[in-house]
Amino acid sequence: MNNVAFNITRMRASYGNKEVLKGITITILPNSVTALIGPSGCGKSTFIRSLNRINDLIPSFRISGDILYRQKDIYDQETDVVELRRRIGMVFQKPNPFPKSIYENIAYGLRIHGFTIKETLDEIVEASLKKAALWDEVKDNLKQNALTLSGGQQQRLCIARTLATQPEALLFDEPCSALDPISTAKIEELIHHLKKSYTIIIVTHNMQQAARVSDYSGFFLLGELVEFGKTQDMFTAPKDKRTEDYITGRFG
Amino acid sequence: MNRKIVNKRLDSLFKALGILTTVFGILVLLVLFIDVFLDGASRLSMNFLTSFPSRKPEAAGILSAWVGTIWIMAVTALIALPLGIGSAIYLEEYAPKNRLTGLIEISIANLAGVPSVIFGLLGLGLFVRWFNLDRSVLAGGLTLAILVLPVIILSTREALRAIPFSIREASYAVGATKWQTVYFQVLPAALGNIMTGVILAMSRAVGETAPLITIGALTYIAFLPQPPVTFSGGFPFMHFSLQGLFDPFTALPIQIFNWVSRPQKGFSVNASAGIIVLLGITLAMNSIAIILRYRQRKKTRW
Amino acid sequence: MFRKNKFQKLKEDLIEKLLFLFSLVSIFVTVGIVAVLSFETFAFFKEVSLLEFFTDTQWTPLFVRKHFGILPLLCGTLLTTLIAMLIAFPAGLISAAYLSEYASEKARGIIKPIMEILAAVPTVVYGYFALLFVTPLLKKCIPGMSGFNSLSSGLVMGIMIIPLISSLSEDAFHAVPMGLREAGYALGSSRLQVSLRIVLPAAFSGVCAACVLAISRAVGETMIVAIAAGQQPRLTFNPLVPIETITAYIVQVSLGDTPHGSLEYRTIFACGMFLFVMTYFLNIVSYKLRKHFQQVYE
Repeated sequence: MNNVAFNITRMRASYGNKEVLKGITITILPNSVTALIGPSGCGKSTFIRSLNRINDLIPSFRISGDILYRQKDIYDQETDVVELRRRIGMVFQKPNPFPKSIYENIAYGLRIHGFTIKETLDEIVEASLKKAALWDEVKDNLKQNALTLSGGQQQRLCIARTLATQPEALLFDEPCSALDPISTAKIEELIHHLKKSYTIIIVTHNMQQAARVSDYSGFFLLGELVEFGKTQDMFTAPKDKRTEDYITGRFG
Repeated sequence: MNRKIVNKRLDSLFKALGILTTVFGILVLLVLFIDVFLDGASRLSMNFLTSFPSRKPEAAGILSAWVGTIWIMAVTALIALPLGIGSAIYLEEYAPKNRLTGLIEISIANLAGVPSVIFGLLGLGLFVRWFNLDRSVLAGGLTLAILVLPVIILSTREALRAIPFSIREASYAVGATKWQTVYFQVLPAALGNIMTGVILAMSRAVGETAPLITIGALTYIAFLPQPPVTFSGGFPFMHFSLQGLFDPFTALPIQIFNWVSRPQKGFSVNASAGIIVLLGITLAMNSIAIILRYRQRKKTRW
Repeated sequence: MFRKNKFQKLKEDLIEKLLFLFSLVSIFVTVGIVAVLSFETFAFFKEVSLLEFFTDTQWTPLFVRKHFGILPLLCGTLLTTLIAMLIAFPAGLISAAYLSEYASEKARGIIKPIMEILAAVPTVVYGYFALLFVTPLLKKCIPGMSGFNSLSSGLVMGIMIIPLISSLSEDAFHAVPMGLREAGYALGSSRLQVSLRIVLPAAFSGVCAACVLAISRAVGETMIVAIAAGQQPRLTFNPLVPIETITAYIVQVSLGDTPHGSLEYRTIFACGMFLFVMTYFLNIVSYKLRKHFQQVYE
């Protein structure tokens, strides 16, 4: 039981009167990649956005159930959301760099957590960019505005920004949906490398992507987790008829 | 076939009318500028800027008027900027959706449509009489501050709303608090547009006349408010004083109004010269705002 | 594990409370306006009957034989507003239609900033313009005209308000979906037909909102009429003679040395109250119309 990252039981979530998650129970192991697939509107984004409580920003959002990370209740009254979000990083659908320099984009997370020594900042910025496989492309232009980068570069910058605050887990919410195939391949490769050191959950509506990058897969449908298991098993021998229909392209 | 031609004719006729009407406004503006310039340019001199008003039009100047305007603007900005930008931040980033928030929003929308002379009556009843500030710089500055407050709030809110939600999400996702997100990401990104709104609001305040007359600003003043910093030969060389806030004042538009309403030709020439100065200030502020907005628009979009 | 940082939490709370207090100021100001106006107005109506205020046809609070009938001031206000709107409605709407339906992107880029400057000119400057340029000019054509009159102040006020109507109506035209226009063009309509028969009706409530707001602005406009329309409260619709508006009366009293607490002093608050209620209703109507328009298209 100690070797579990997220342990979630009977998670229910709603926006106003609209229930979008109807009792999700799932266990996510550390240092692995878990892919969540399913047609749009099935609740997979809501699920992943609940894990770092970024959905708290939406006023009508309500959630219940036991949502534990490393045995601690994420939604406990005493939980410091700020610290939680630092330790569980997130990369969004559309690249969302700050309208500032590349360097400042990465240094921001460090600064707000109290890092001020320039040498340390320089070091971590470089290390993060290297981990995100962006260093070679931008090392000479760190002062350049991040919005001038290409979409794929921006998304890797956002990954680097997340890595800089030294999180333990990474949440990817359809990170490649706005990118071209070449950038997508780069990000997938990156995810493959990162799994050695991080717990990774990735939401995707691209089944090939799920098959390529993940160790475990979960299939969401209408707010329920229909099937969860080893990716290889699920894609070769799905247990549920609905999963099979989706994977073979009969709907969705 | 005939109908088609008629339609086409009507169409070009309307287009011509549209251009004519639009140009008409611009033409009036041009005539106004030329008229004022022809009347007043000859009177514009260093002397005019450095003399107090006088019974004799040739000797009169706008020293107390422009110094008063600077005083008033400083007080207005110091009060209205933090209040206005702060309110806008609260309403855009913090406020829960409840009845109190609704009440605040209605108040702001309502204040934005209140005629400026009413703000003068408020200033008279509240600041001049009730707070006993008399016809001071502070009373004038406070009055104009609440006059421009809704304008600043509305334009700042618009500027904040233009910042995509994804920027806020990105900031929260790396563990920033709400204020850190607002202060380090949202405000800097919105700063250009906020400044545009603030400059436009201040340029409106510069030309406001009615509220200041209503609170009883004097039209003839031959001295200046005590400056906030004075220098002397002996230690400690610099003296700070806020006494000036409580001194009576006049302002550029009031001086102009005073001269316009006098029958003698000499004073209307003075009025024109004063208007050249006032228009110079207003136009300069507006141009800065327009350029700022233009550059902001050209910047990379999200 | 995720322990809260007490100091940071405190700082966040303090900042939020402070910003909340700032935003309360707007409510205080609104309450302040209503309170100050009501307080003095109440005192005014202790001495003057409501009946006299609304039915007497003379306004002479500063004379020995005092009359307190608001009708002459109201008449002056309505007259200047009417003249201003006769200019501003057609001109504002035509230029909005031109800018939105005809003008090229480049022309709009040049015209709109100039319109903004037209709106930014201080009203005291327009007053000067009305008194010392427009009136002498009109006098050449209309010999019997007085030096102070509602015609020239109304005309100049109208010009001042054109940008307001133009830009708000243009926004309304812009909000009309392109599909509606395309449907019109597909049926072989000309640009003018599309503008007048499709875009204008579709944007009608938005345009009305702009016009009502313009009326409210004209009713509350002060300096132009204080300078150029005269100071003679008069129950007339003759645009060539001196009149006085509600706002101009407030300025007139403020310029004099009216002792605090006297009945004359209170008249300006009673006038202010009347003006406040009038503009308030106009603003509400405009707001409702705009809301209605937004509901249709957003």
